[in-house]
Amino acid sequence: MGVEGIGARVLRKEDKRFMTGKGRYTDDMVVPGMKHAVFVRSPHAHARIAGINVEEAKKMPGVIGVLTGSELKADGIGNLICGWMIHSKDGSPMNMGAWSPLATDTVRYVGDAVVLVIADTKGEARDAAEAVDISYDELPVVVNAVEALKHGAPQIHPEASNNMIFDWDLGDEMATNDAFAKAVHVTKLDIVNNRLIPNAIEPRATLGVYDAAEDHYTCWTTSQNPHVARLVMSAFYNVAPENKLRVIAPDVGGGFGSKIFIYPEEVVCLWASKKTGVPVKWVGDRTESFLADAHGRDHVTHAEIAFDQNNKILGLKVQTIANFGAYMSLFSSSVPTYLYATLLSGQYDIPAIHANVKAVYTNTAPVDAYRGAGRPEATFVLERIMETAARELNVSPAELRRKNFVRTFPHQTPVIMNYDTGDFDATLDAAMQAADYAGFEQRRQQAAKRGKLRGIGMSCYIEACGIAPSAAVGSLGAGVGLWESAEVRVNAVGTIEILTGSHSHGQGHETTFAQLVTERFGVPIESVSIVHGDTDKVQMGMGTYGSRSGAVGMSAVVKALDKVEAKAKKIAAHLLEADEADIEINNGDVRVVGTDKSLPWFQVALAAYTAHNLPSGMEPGLKEGAFYDPANFTFPGGCHICEVEVDPETGVTEIVQFVAADDFGKIINPMIVEGQVHGGLAQGIGQALLEGTHYDASGQLLTASYMDYAMPRAFDLPSFRILTTETPCLSNPLGIKGCGEAGAIGSPPAVINALTDAIGSNELSMPATPQVVWNAIQAIK
Amino acid sequence: MAKVELFVNGRAVKGEAEDRALLVHFLRENLGLTGTHVGCDTSQCGACVVHVDGRAVKSCTMLLAQASGSSVTTIEGLSQNGELHPLQVAFRENHALQCGFCTPGMIMSSADMIRRHPEGLDEATVRLELEGNICRCTGYHNIVKAVLDASDKLRKAPSEAA
Repeated sequence: MGVEGIGARVLRKEDKRFMTGKGRYTDDMVVPGMKHAVFVRSPHAHARIAGINVEEAKKMPGVIGVLTGSELKADGIGNLICGWMIHSKDGSPMNMGAWSPLATDTVRYVGDAVVLVIADTKGEARDAAEAVDISYDELPVVVNAVEALKHGAPQIHPEASNNMIFDWDLGDEMATNDAFAKAVHVTKLDIVNNRLIPNAIEPRATLGVYDAAEDHYTCWTTSQNPHVARLVMSAFYNVAPENKLRVIAPDVGGGFGSKIFIYPEEVVCLWASKKTGVPVKWVGDRTESFLADAHGRDHVTHAEIAFDQNNKILGLKVQTIANFGAYMSLFSSSVPTYLYATLLSGQYDIPAIHANVKAVYTNTAPVDAYRGAGRPEATFVLERIMETAARELNVSPAELRRKNFVRTFPHQTPVIMNYDTGDFDATLDAAMQAADYAGFEQRRQQAAKRGKLRGIGMSCYIEACGIAPSAAVGSLGAGVGLWESAEVRVNAVGTIEILTGSHSHGQGHETTFAQLVTERFGVPIESVSIVHGDTDKVQMGMGTYGSRSGAVGMSAVVKALDKVEAKAKKIAAHLLEADEADIEINNGDVRVVGTDKSLPWFQVALAAYTAHNLPSGMEPGLKEGAFYDPANFTFPGGCHICEVEVDPETGVTEIVQFVAADDFGKIINPMIVEGQVHGGLAQGIGQALLEGTHYDASGQLLTASYMDYAMPRAFDLPSFRILTTETPCLSNPLGIKGCGEAGAIGSPPAVINALTDAIGSNELSMPATPQVVWNAIQAIK
Repeated sequence: MAKVELFVNGRAVKGEAEDRALLVHFLRENLGLTGTHVGCDTSQCGACVVHVDGRAVKSCTMLLAQASGSSVTTIEGLSQNGELHPLQVAFRENHALQCGFCTPGMIMSSADMIRRHPEGLDEATVRLELEGNICRCTGYHNIVKAVLDASDKLRKAPSEAA
């Protein structure tokens, strides 16, 4: 490991612009003639649009245009799609209702976009939006997914009778029933995974620019995957063909999944730019983020787990109702299916698993991937039921887990996944030691003397990152491939540009991707630049989500570097009159092994471009591209331990320590990995203790601001103890597993297991606010 | 229309904007100082914090007209003579930023916090004082470390605090 290579704590190259106010986010973009857009959104959760009158609005000062869905439809702009096909257990395809970017006849949630107003200033656009007169005939509303499935519930889409999108099964139901028939003990648990609102601090924004002379569109947007945005807007929404559409995702202020999807706003603003002849910028305000960003989670689950007389798991049954909201967002259908039920085996050897998932429309904001996406939900079910079982069986939670750990690899689960490698004892041991688990009882007694209830809880999670290979995900219904691309351009002076389809919105790719090049060629990290986020610069890519940038994006860079290295060695061998096999590249020098014959790296690069003396038949230049399609998922795993103290008089919970021991495989930059874990833990602890999304019965979102939705603040959280162990992933060249989501996946059950341990009741819903905790304490008094 | 005269990052500026314009709009749209961000509409997130006459203010909560006659410092004006402010250095060295969107407000709030606590800071105080700044990326762990680090360094070398 060099000081700037793989494994080094290199400080971030991108930091300077962010800490001096020179970051360039979508809202910072200004183009000549730019105008400002405001969306008029539905105030009703479910209504027929009886009429839209825009005449008064059009007369307001500064107004450029007031546009409706019928005009959008007349211009041939398509409905929004869900890009992952799921078939119900009876073989029928999922029942997808229509989602028009601007509603034309029916609105289905509060925040549904109906009219676009464009004016000289945002203030004028707001004023004119107030003057748009939409008359609605209100319809009955359902916000709860369990209620939505009941006979007589309001019907949201004609395509989905009983609001059922799909009724999907995974695993062998007969084998699981047989396993349960042999059980000595069965633990049952009803569990709700609360709906979350992602809340990247940069609200979504877009700037659509149509150039009539070139018949060309440019879309600046807050996206985690600009190439997918271009693909979807070209192929499905008929905005423009790909060669006439450039999508740029500049600095993006956090994503957490919510900026994967193609929303109505970017489609409508691009179309409106052509329609009105002006560049159109929309910047969401926070209320719009709450109302109309895709939400996360929202599962209601019944689970049962069967044990034999030795406390070995025989089988697991899970039934989940997943709330999809009012429309199927872009990847919504993959989340409670192949990203959820496939992880239900966790770290355990479970012979039989059966899962059933019912996907349901309601009159709420669409639900899609949010940090972890399916895996936190699976982990919450499994780690809560394991903890519950340990208490029922009167064995230690650690021992029950150990008894059932997978220890031989590869391990085929009954739910598709094939774990390549892992060491679950290692992370459990590391976490228990760091948390001084053995000393807990003493700490509990000390806390009791102070009148506090102290509890400890653990969670042993596994997750799957770098979702792949493309052929496999295609067979499961994915509409896209999940490879990644990279290009390595060595300039004539030896500096290097890496073009990647991965997108950084806080992950630090400008540093970590450059570390790969420094490791390989020994060139200083300053001489390496990372180019991403622009479809005109990078040909194609699948973007960043699902902790895939390291495992998949970096692997593509490695493949391209292999090609560059091979060509550079050929050139050097020719120039140094040596055998290609004897050339090594080290510390910025290209040398013949065991001799003093060498060339500086830049001279090899220069030789490639002057082309005065290249091996016979070799093309000039030193630039190579690669596409990398992984052979398998990667499987990060770990153990999180949370220790809490509860004040029984107030229900206030304090996290007194939190330890995370994670196995992410090979780590490129530990500083950045730790930062990813910190952020994930904050989101997971936020889910467990603070963040609750509340719709009232009429479908109004009661938690639509930071006054009402409890974002974790600095004083809500402890400092964390982060440890890592390493079993390198076997399916990619770097051995990386991925680290972006683990914190949000492992932590919620650890917190709730600690809290239920503290108060002595297993009945505790998330978020476990002081009121929830206090009520739970009162209920068992 | 509101006509204003104020100093921004040491430079005298005049301007005119709608009466309802907020200080943050003027900084971003009229002066092109886009380092000050808007992350919410209820004065909660703190991405817009600047200094007005030396004190931390949420620039989304101050009418431009109210700022007339004041001296405003934004994140762009925090480093002096090409030298980064100790907080900027500490944020980088402690990896206290990821997406960077909350960072300008975090740094401006923290500078004010350090100024108000010449006796020094501890973790609990820093966490409490950061109440008005929300970060979704870092879990605050490294932000707290960075503020404590900068506070210590400034106490040891107070001349850098200028």
